[in-house]
Amino acid sequence: MTDTAVRSTDRAQARSADRRPERRGRAAAWRKRAEIALFVTPALALLVAFVVVPVATAVQMSLYRWKGFGPMVDFVGLRNYVSVLTNEVFTDAVVHNLIIVVGSILLQLPLGLAIALLLNRKMWGQGLLRTIIFVPYVLAEVIAGVVWFQLLQPQYGVIDTMLAAVGLQGPEQGFLGTPEYALWTVLVVLTWKYLGLAVILFLAGLQGVPDELYEAAQLDGASWWQVQRRITVPLLGPTMRTWGFLSMIGSLQLFDMVWILTGGGPANATTTMATFLVNEGTKRQNFGIAGAASVVLFVIALVLALAYQKFILSRDSKEGGR
Amino acid sequence: MRGATAVALGTTVALLGAACAGQGTGSQGGDDGGSSADASTITWWHNSNTGEGKEYYDQVAADFEEDHPGTTVEVSAMAHEDMLTKLDAAFQSGDAPDVFMERGGGELADHVEAGLLKDISEPAADTIGNLEAYMPGFQVDGASYALPFSIGVVGFWYNKSLFEDAGITETPTTMDELYDVFDKLQAAGITPASVGAGDKWPAAHYWYYNVVRQCAADTLDAAIADVDYSDPCFVKAGETLDETLATEPFNKGFLTTASQTGPTSASGLLASGKVAMELAGHWEPGVMQGLTEDGEGLGEDTGWFPYPSIDGQQGTEGAQMGGGDAWAVSQDAPDVAVEFAQYLLSDEVQQGFAERDMGLPTNPSASASVTDPSLAELLDVRDNAPEIQLYLDTLLGASVGGAMNDAIALQFAGKATPQDVVDAVQSAADADQ
Repeated sequence: MTDTAVRSTDRAQARSADRRPERRGRAAAWRKRAEIALFVTPALALLVAFVVVPVATAVQMSLYRWKGFGPMVDFVGLRNYVSVLTNEVFTDAVVHNLIIVVGSILLQLPLGLAIALLLNRKMWGQGLLRTIIFVPYVLAEVIAGVVWFQLLQPQYGVIDTMLAAVGLQGPEQGFLGTPEYALWTVLVVLTWKYLGLAVILFLAGLQGVPDELYEAAQLDGASWWQVQRRITVPLLGPTMRTWGFLSMIGSLQLFDMVWILTGGGPANATTTMATFLVNEGTKRQNFGIAGAASVVLFVIALVLALAYQKFILSRDSKEGGR
Repeated sequence: MRGATAVALGTTVALLGAACAGQGTGSQGGDDGGSSADASTITWWHNSNTGEGKEYYDQVAADFEEDHPGTTVEVSAMAHEDMLTKLDAAFQSGDAPDVFMERGGGELADHVEAGLLKDISEPAADTIGNLEAYMPGFQVDGASYALPFSIGVVGFWYNKSLFEDAGITETPTTMDELYDVFDKLQAAGITPASVGAGDKWPAAHYWYYNVVRQCAADTLDAAIADVDYSDPCFVKAGETLDETLATEPFNKGFLTTASQTGPTSASGLLASGKVAMELAGHWEPGVMQGLTEDGEGLGEDTGWFPYPSIDGQQGTEGAQMGGGDAWAVSQDAPDVAVEFAQYLLSDEVQQGFAERDMGLPTNPSASASVTDPSLAELLDVRDNAPEIQLYLDTLLGASVGGAMNDAIALQFAGKATPQDVVDAVQSAADADQ
């Protein structure tokens, strides 16, 4: 990236300096380079130290059998990858991640859109309502997780108590303890947590819809529904697609909420790729397996992100180009 | 406007999140403490970081310095979890403290294999002779690498007044009697037991104990040595667990129950009288005290009885399962560090340790100094036990132990058969070769 940037400025510099005395041009070019280097180096150093090196270490680790101390000597080639990819717990975890990716979008998109449209109308307490919707997103994930864990306690938790008060009974093992419900319960909590982000993004997108369009539609006698369907939602497209991307990446890397609520249990019903690799690494000291799983997670996230860019986000950049 | 700022913020957060995700398992260096080149300075890490225990250990270090002029003991007291993390980091960077805690079993064997621990069989021979009963978990190929200073056994902690309410007059000694106790408690409308299956290991303790009962000690040793768990006693242990699970003795939602944190944890439920008993180690009274407002735990109602025997068992009658902590000396520590570790096991230090309820002393001369009545009962059972089997997950090491605990948790959830558990242990052990 920086390399091409340097080269293109260089070229521009060279072109404009064509007719000037060569020495002055060269000096200016050097200055420019020094400037770029000066400004880019700190960021680059951080990127290398905290992203590139750890990623490289994870890849290296994935090729060894290593317990977390002593030198890495037990080279096993791709065996860790084989055992990760043939491990039923991991393949289930991938499925859970995909369910959460799709489930989050299917739940949060219509809900977020509806709430954003409602909150976009002039009404009493608009600011307060917006804040209330956005608060869960601001809350630290771990704190939200602990709160929900306590609410969802079987028998003694608030939710079970309320159900009991109206004569209903929660599942025997609780919502988080029953393998059949656990993932869906986590999905509901995640929706509560991240709905605020969708709403705030959609509201921001709504500010970008020009008022003239609404006026024109009104003059043409369009109903509120028609305005939303034909004008607002289509113009919100780019915002929704960007939000979808953020949501997808977040769901693929999901860790904190699951770790707090269920730890990946019961019976591995809520394991995600991230909880799998943390469990293998920190609990079982199979750092090689954890490394391999993290590389697989990285590849899956990268492929999906690139595919999303190519097939969905590219529409926005083309539109921008026109 | 506000929306736009939020978008920018949100995007930044998301980007940061994406950037952080790649580095989940980077190796951590660390420059915490570490051995000093100076032969007259010893670094010592322990986890008694509060109140009386911390003061006592500071005093112990000062006393040692006085007896050994020219020697300095640098004490680092830290919270248990912090200590474990820092130790891992110190092992990775090759900068371990001179004297520190080991839990024995597979973990210790791994550390020995990595050349982190000093063989203290020779210099500490006298002390080791005094601790004979507890040494097996801390030896590798006949050489000793740590001195156990606090060893407890796991058993049932129970609420005496709830037992009385249910008309139970005697504690059970066989599995059938245990099931009778469950029945009586249930008939009285009391949930019999809590278990922190969310943390897995508390649930796994049932399976371990069944193994200790169903398998002869030789069978278990041979299975570990030969990496062959095909002896039918291991499946039988799981079948006994299935019988126990069929009586449905546990608290509602036990699959996600934590072991020791908060009022709805397994210990919290016992401490607040919501259940009548829990299978746990010697730490339980202390944990319960921390979970009740008056700091008393169950107080006078605290009772303890050992895990019942199973009809037709092949394991030694009265064998117990437990474990604890030991002082290890790092490979490149000065000789005086070994002396210090031995001093920590001396009559004097262990008696002070017992008087302050800091653990269950291993030096026989200190047994009488334990004042808590239920702990004294536990100590009596421990001292008379023909064998003390180390917790199986510790014994087998993190990799196999973790796989075993996960499989047992699946059995608790009704998603694995006794054979599945044994298969999981076998395949993890094969992979660990």
